[in-house]
Amino acid sequence: MESAARLDQNHQLTLKEFPYIVRWREDRCTRCGRCTAVCPVKAIEPAVRSQRIVSSEGSSPEPQVTRRLTHVVQQSTDIDRYCIGCTTCSLVCPTDAIFPEYNFQHKFNHYKNKGGIPYMRGGRRNDPSVSTLDKLKFTRISMLTDPALDAGRHEFRIRTILGRNLSPDQLPIKVAGDKLELDPKVFVPPTREIYPIRIGSMSIGALSPHMWEGLAMGITYLNEVEGLPVVMCSGEGGMPPSILKSRYIKYFILQIASGYFGWDEIIRSLPDMTEDPCAIEIKYGQGAKPGDGGLLQAYKVLGLISKIRGVPEFVDLASPPTHQTKYSIEEAVAKMITSMSMAWGFRVPVYPKISGTKTARAVLNNLARNPYAAALCIDGEDGGTGAAYNVSMDKMGHPIASNIRDCYLDLVKQGKQNELPLIAAGGVGKAGNLAANAAALIMLGASAVDIGKYIMQTAAGCFGDEYNRCNVCNLGKCPRGITTQDPKLYRRLDPDKIAERVVEVFKAADVELKKIFAPLGRSTELPIGMSDALGVGEKDIADRLSISYVC
Amino acid sequence: MCRLSAITSSDYISPMENILALETMKEGHDGSGLGLMLKDLGGPFKDMKKYPILSAICSNRGLETLDEFMKSQGFREKMTWAPSIKQIAGIERREHYIAKVYDYPESYKDADMRVKEDLLMNTRLAIRKIGEPDESIFCFSFYPDVLTLKEVGDPLAVGEFFGLDNSDVKAKIVLAQGRQNTNYAIYLYACHPFFIQGYGTMTNGENTAFVPIREFLMGRGNPGYMGYNSDSEVFTHILHYSNRQLGYPLHYYKDVITPLKDNELAKRSDGAAMKLLKKSLRPLCIDGPNCVIGFTPDGSVFMVQDAKKLRPGVVGGTAGKKFGLMSEVCGLDSAVPDRDKSTDIFPMKYDMVIIAPQAREVKVWNQLHV
Repeated sequence: MESAARLDQNHQLTLKEFPYIVRWREDRCTRCGRCTAVCPVKAIEPAVRSQRIVSSEGSSPEPQVTRRLTHVVQQSTDIDRYCIGCTTCSLVCPTDAIFPEYNFQHKFNHYKNKGGIPYMRGGRRNDPSVSTLDKLKFTRISMLTDPALDAGRHEFRIRTILGRNLSPDQLPIKVAGDKLELDPKVFVPPTREIYPIRIGSMSIGALSPHMWEGLAMGITYLNEVEGLPVVMCSGEGGMPPSILKSRYIKYFILQIASGYFGWDEIIRSLPDMTEDPCAIEIKYGQGAKPGDGGLLQAYKVLGLISKIRGVPEFVDLASPPTHQTKYSIEEAVAKMITSMSMAWGFRVPVYPKISGTKTARAVLNNLARNPYAAALCIDGEDGGTGAAYNVSMDKMGHPIASNIRDCYLDLVKQGKQNELPLIAAGGVGKAGNLAANAAALIMLGASAVDIGKYIMQTAAGCFGDEYNRCNVCNLGKCPRGITTQDPKLYRRLDPDKIAERVVEVFKAADVELKKIFAPLGRSTELPIGMSDALGVGEKDIADRLSISYVC
Repeated sequence: MCRLSAITSSDYISPMENILALETMKEGHDGSGLGLMLKDLGGPFKDMKKYPILSAICSNRGLETLDEFMKSQGFREKMTWAPSIKQIAGIERREHYIAKVYDYPESYKDADMRVKEDLLMNTRLAIRKIGEPDESIFCFSFYPDVLTLKEVGDPLAVGEFFGLDNSDVKAKIVLAQGRQNTNYAIYLYACHPFFIQGYGTMTNGENTAFVPIREFLMGRGNPGYMGYNSDSEVFTHILHYSNRQLGYPLHYYKDVITPLKDNELAKRSDGAAMKLLKKSLRPLCIDGPNCVIGFTPDGSVFMVQDAKKLRPGVVGGTAGKKFGLMSEVCGLDSAVPDRDKSTDIFPMKYDMVIIAPQAREVKVWNQLHV
């Protein structure tokens, strides 16, 4: 029979309800305290326990029972201090005495709504299943009848065009004798030749200064030393004026979103800008949290961030879900695209970014008729975010593969597939297959792809995964120092090392893209829409994407 | 790999010359088909140059349907020519191989040639649509002064089958392709050469970039950009699009299918225009391996290669007399034996060889030096 005291604990949770259970080995632990000190969420703590020890001395068993006090590492069963599985404790443990283990039977989602506040987190959709992108394979291999190219020997041109391409019959070209001549007086929309994998929008603010600096140095090196024109997007919140006014701004896409954060500084810097930015991205939606605006929680609004964004420190910065001044795509969005174009004298491509949605084609068809729309970026449901409600991340949104395919085929019907580039984002490189995912999306019709979480994981070792590991980007407690404004945390990151990894990642992806394109026999132009090269082992996916079913 | 044999001459020649050249290149084709396209016709067609010729293969029923249809459209038949078929083992004879010469419908008599060309193309497409489902009619070309013959079988045997060794059908330009069946089932609409509004081409090789090119062409709003039973049909349509629709001089065909790099374009006098053109026509860029031989409505004949993989191709002959454009030198030796071999041209990655009408002169356009 249980004691009455025992029943009093009936409303407490057991460790079995928690997503990660900390495995601690007493025999190895030296009680140095590093794990409990470093835990970002205080899920573990030192505790004192009374221990019963049975020992026997002498030649025959004579068990003696003694009790002693000992120090242990104890996991909290407070839902607000749940173990996030980040493994920072394992990282610092000198004796491999501790690691968190995923608990498949957890009931975390049942309880993480204390105080009537739904679970909020960072990261992306907690779906560890194999994504559609990872199911696609490249099945058109050039063999004998059509010699494959040599990835190591042939010249490859892995570049894409960001910006509006004129239809051939709109070109301001005339025939003079047996030559073609350009009429220089006619306006030609601006375009940029860039690398088809871009670093998508992540703001200074969402990212720590070291992380952002590392990425920025990495892409600058790729452009200036390696000759790979990789660009990255600022995200909402602007950029430091020193970079805005520098020649490096050409490697950056400036994002304007519904909170317009950072644009005071940008507008003020305009007269002093020596080069144009790569492009302007108008954010209307984000794949990870469709219908939600941007959110930078107060923990992260410090020093530089508050200065760039022009706001006080320690306030939640919530951007509205939509641009408050925008009431129609036909008029208001068109005006915004035109206004942004005008700000840079029509020399900079301006394009919108939307969440993956069933209505993407309606947006696309409107943009296709707008001669100033430079592209359409669609962010699928597997995109990441620094902060959002779990329900938005897990249950809202549209997969990118069929969304981009539908849009591309719509453009094909109109004959405009080369005029308005599509940029695909959301889950690219989710399982680490960056080049393969990028190539698959390109063959489905994308002109370029964006990465976010992938580069955080690959370049800075972000712990997050689809088992809800870590995912505390919203709290400013990132144990790697990637998504925090706390100097004690972000000093753990070395910007030089991140830059080095960014360079390595893109160089490796470039080789892998060649290894994909060469056997397909393509090298001169990006195989945009070359869907005959794709195959998939699931008939439904094959039918939906209009590609071949293979088995 | 297929084998290509084209001859352009100031005199009328027999298509057997092309077939015999193909015979010397026999190691390169498997005898799975022969396609012949004759332009600037002699023999029975010599005095019919301004009237469109409809080249088709029909069943008995298909022929009736065709006649009824053409009548309903106001075309008046002026002459019918049919090859004198000789039964050859291994070649399955179809019911009718015909070339019918028509006079334009009354309302088109004084129409502009471009208008007439649209009428002819749309009529050909309508016939194709009628005859394709039950394969009762295969219609290959409908245009003045152009004749097309196609059949499955070894080229020499097919030539004999059509009685070309004793025929009075001659032409100044003849394209012939000996087929190596690769990707596609032997289907007559998949056989080269392909034709649209005065442009005919044949290709050796497989077109890696087929799908994006096809999709781009189909989006141009031209009903003639259809079919695509062969991945090589796009080469004819790219030529038609760049030369006729966009009005670019013929040598820009090379710049469309194999654009130069930007740093190479910068050195060209038309570099600024080319940079824009390259971006707008980006989906038409090929990766090869392809050698394309073709003719244009004015009677120019050309050979062009992709920029990377290349297929065999050689051009040789004598200006003012005769030029051969062949896959192999042995074919050229067969077709134009008495030429100065030292002037033979092997077009490389930047080259486009264009021979003026009546084999007047040969010019090699190098993309780097425009």
